[in-house]
Parts: sequence; structure tokens; C-alpha cells
Amino acid sequence: MMEFWQELLVTFFLVVAGCFGLVGSFGLLKLPDPMTRLHAPTKATTLGVGGVLIASMLQALFSNGSLSLHELLITLFLLLTAPITAHFIAKMHLHQNVPPADLPGTGTGSPWAGAAAQDTQQAEPALAGGPDDKPSVKHSAYNSGLE
Amino acid sequence: MMNVALYFAIGCFAVGMLLNIWRIVKSPSVGDRVLALDTMVINGIALIVLYGILNNTAVYFEVSLTIAMVGFISTVAYARFVLRGNLIE
Repeated sequence: MMEFWQELLVTFFLVVAGCFGLVGSFGLLKLPDPMTRLHAPTKATTLGVGGVLIASMLQALFSNGSLSLHELLITLFLLLTAPITAHFIAKMHLHQNVPPADLPGTGTGSPWAGAAAQDTQQAEPALAGGPDDKPSVKHSAYNSGLE
Repeated sequence: MMNVALYFAIGCFAVGMLLNIWRIVKSPSVGDRVLALDTMVINGIALIVLYGILNNTAVYFEVSLTIAMVGFISTVAYARFVLRGNLIE
């Protein structure tokens, strides 16, 4: 049976984790533009899951007397992958919604990494055509940056 | 006391999941949908771990670890698809 302070510790982590998870999911709805919306789930929700996993670890330690480190593995994995997914989604947003002229220079002489994807589309111009000609504008801008 | 906190946390993550579904249905861009799906996977992991605490078993850790890996890979796949394929505009 768990003592009072042990239950209190687990309860604290559970409540903090629940609040962080709710704030993260609410921020996804509430924040005004895509780049700020990226902050809420990748930071607050990851912290919330971390709190749940710490609570689970403490509960297993207190009630069974055995320290299990599976949860640390999940926490480590989530903490490693959250910035990578955030980076990918930010790049997706930049690639789709921000014109290449507005992006700051890379300082390396080559364009932004997303521009490398345009090479495959250049082989098939039928894909780029359509009701809006934004992709073709992107192509010309990227190509002028290349030469 | 711990059970009350457990149900509170489960409720919080469940409400978060409902907010994510709302975000997926009414979304301004594709990136927000992918982000909402990624958040939904993370909330699902939290719910599974909480269910494991509720039943006092260690069975669900492998499940949540596998779901974490699949969620990460699917998010990266979505992002690559949008960046490369140019089919979802």
C-alpha cells in the first residue's frame, strides 16, 4: 500500500501533466498564426506526456517496489522527435505559404533546402499547372537563385 | 486521491483529443492538420499510459512506444509528401 506522501507525489505529477496536455491542445486551436501554433503542441503536450510517464514510473516504483525504465525510453524518444517534427512542419509552412523572395538568404550560395524538391517537379510541368500558377512562380524564383 | 487525479488527467487528455479532432475538421492549412494529427498521437500515448496506471499493469508500455514511433514516422512521411508531391495544395 502506498503512503500518503507517495500518493501526493504521483497526484501532483498527474495533475500537472493533465494541465499541460490540455493547454497544448487548446493552444493549437487558440493561437493566431501557423508559426505560433507550432509552439503549443510540440512543447506543452510533450511536457504533459513527460509528466504522465514520470507519474507512471513513480507509481510502479511505489506500489510494486520495482523501478521500471521503459517510461524513460518513451520520454527520451518523444523529446528527441518533437523538435524534428516541428522542424518538418515549419518547413512545410514556409514552403507553401511564404514566397521565396521573403525568406532570408542562406549565406551558402544555394537556395533553401525545400527548393531541392522542385527539381523533381520540373521534369513534369503538368503537375505544376492548374487554376493557380503559384508553383510556377516559385520555380522561376528558385531557379534564378540557383544560377 | 490518486484515482481522482488519474480521472482528471484522463479527462484533460480526452478533451485535448476532441480539440484536436475539431482542429483537423476545421483547419486553415495542411500543415495545421498534420500538426493536429501529431498532437493526437501524443495525446493517445498519454491516454494509454494513464490506462496502464489505472489498471496497475506494465503491458501498455510497449504499445505506447510503438505508437510513438509510428506517429513520428507518419508525421515525417506526411511532411515529405507535401513537400515533394505537391498534390495537396
